[in-house]
Amino acid sequence: MDRLLELEGLFWESVVETLYIVAVTLGIGGVGGLVIGVTLYVTRKNGLLANAPVSIVLNLVVNFFRPIPFVIFIGAVQPLARWVVGVGIGNRAIIFALSLAAAFGISRIVEQNLVGVDPGVVEAARAMGAGRPRIILTVLIPEALGPLVLGYTFVFVALVDMSAIAGVIGGGGLGNFAIVYGYRQFNPVVTWVAVIAIVVIVQVAQFAGNRLARTILRR
Amino acid sequence: MNVDLGSTTGGRQQPALSVALSGVGRTFPTPGGGTREVLREVDLDVRAGEVIALVGPSGCGKSTLLRQISALDAPTTGSVVVDGVPVGPGDLRTAVAFQEPRLLPWRTLTANVAFGLPRGTPKQLGAARVAELLELVGLADSATLRPRQVSGGMAQRTSLARALARAPGVLLLDEPFGALDALTRLRMQDLLLNVHAARPTTVLLVTHDVEEALYLADRVVLLRDLRDSTPEDTSIARIVEVPGDRPRDRADHELTELRAELLEGLGVAAHHTPAQPA
Repeated sequence: MDRLLELEGLFWESVVETLYIVAVTLGIGGVGGLVIGVTLYVTRKNGLLANAPVSIVLNLVVNFFRPIPFVIFIGAVQPLARWVVGVGIGNRAIIFALSLAAAFGISRIVEQNLVGVDPGVVEAARAMGAGRPRIILTVLIPEALGPLVLGYTFVFVALVDMSAIAGVIGGGGLGNFAIVYGYRQFNPVVTWVAVIAIVVIVQVAQFAGNRLARTILRR
Repeated sequence: MNVDLGSTTGGRQQPALSVALSGVGRTFPTPGGGTREVLREVDLDVRAGEVIALVGPSGCGKSTLLRQISALDAPTTGSVVVDGVPVGPGDLRTAVAFQEPRLLPWRTLTANVAFGLPRGTPKQLGAARVAELLELVGLADSATLRPRQVSGGMAQRTSLARALARAPGVLLLDEPFGALDALTRLRMQDLLLNVHAARPTTVLLVTHDVEEALYLADRVVLLRDLRDSTPEDTSIARIVEVPGDRPRDRADHELTELRAELLEGLGVAAHHTPAQPA
């Protein structure tokens, strides 16, 4: 317990780091995933912008990246991270790798939710003379917003999980804190404090996501 | 010539427009690699302001024909011309209402009707027009409700108002009352006649209901299912002029014979004869 008091400053720093990594990733990967997901949806057969070559290539790319275990993915994209964000280690590199992985994962969630939108409403919008950008922005995305919020909440939780291995390339956060100061120093109390902090973050996020989705679905 | 009237005059009423179908055919590919012909050589001239009912057995291509006129689909052969100009995607001269209301669930009835306004309609004018349309379909008191808070009939009236928002020269209705209960359907038919009287527009209406066709239309077009046809047959089996002026008496005896004829054309005997045991 004494050790815990010594580590208090470091613990809060780790909490902030985890929240920072996850929030920035959700922002960048979220927008990227939305763009890829909408593209996957509209280029499908009979879609608004049906385009078989784009659809096939994009599906191949998404399917290529999705199954790579994240701990390996971090190492695999390290050269790319050096080129894009300038460094191959630390939080910036972790955010880069995480955003990339998240964008591909999110794109499938977005696609799934858009497929669930009633095609009749889309056709009605088309009959009203609405252009494609207008249909995407004012019909498709708002129509799928409730499920999309739940999908993004799911992704937030997954990102907390994935960010826990940031320590592999010298990133920080609660996962790193638990491994370095808890597990490796044979101090299960420290490990469990980190675990509980992660559980609390996840619970709060899920609660907030559910509430937001309910408000949106109550239309 | 009237293509842009809706946007340039800020959504003022377009006059009713004529529709000319010539040699319209539509063939769809089937999953097996073959094709299925749904429409063949449809020739039809609709006068401006006329009300046409399209009837026919299920799957005979009534809705497909309407989709050609609304430019939601393009014919394999032939042409669709409104007021002398071929139709194109997003054509402002035509408007469609479907069997289901297809409203945006998170928007109020007002916002849903406003969605049908031509782009670029000045805000104030648009708002006035939407209010007027909601009044016309009897929904002025429900303007701020959302689709899930209103009945099926009200949702369908909203859908009709949305279609009218662009003041179409041609109004296309795809079984608009098919999903409503019998009484609501009768009221909606009268509502449609009121709308037609108040706003000059050409109406093409797909229906399963022969009574409805005879009550509303100037002419009834009977389509045939091409799957039971000879190669010389075209999609239109016959065109029936409905005698008398609207509003018609629903119980008019003159129409009884026509009704029996049309039902027979649809493969239904006017008088049911119980099957005799052999």
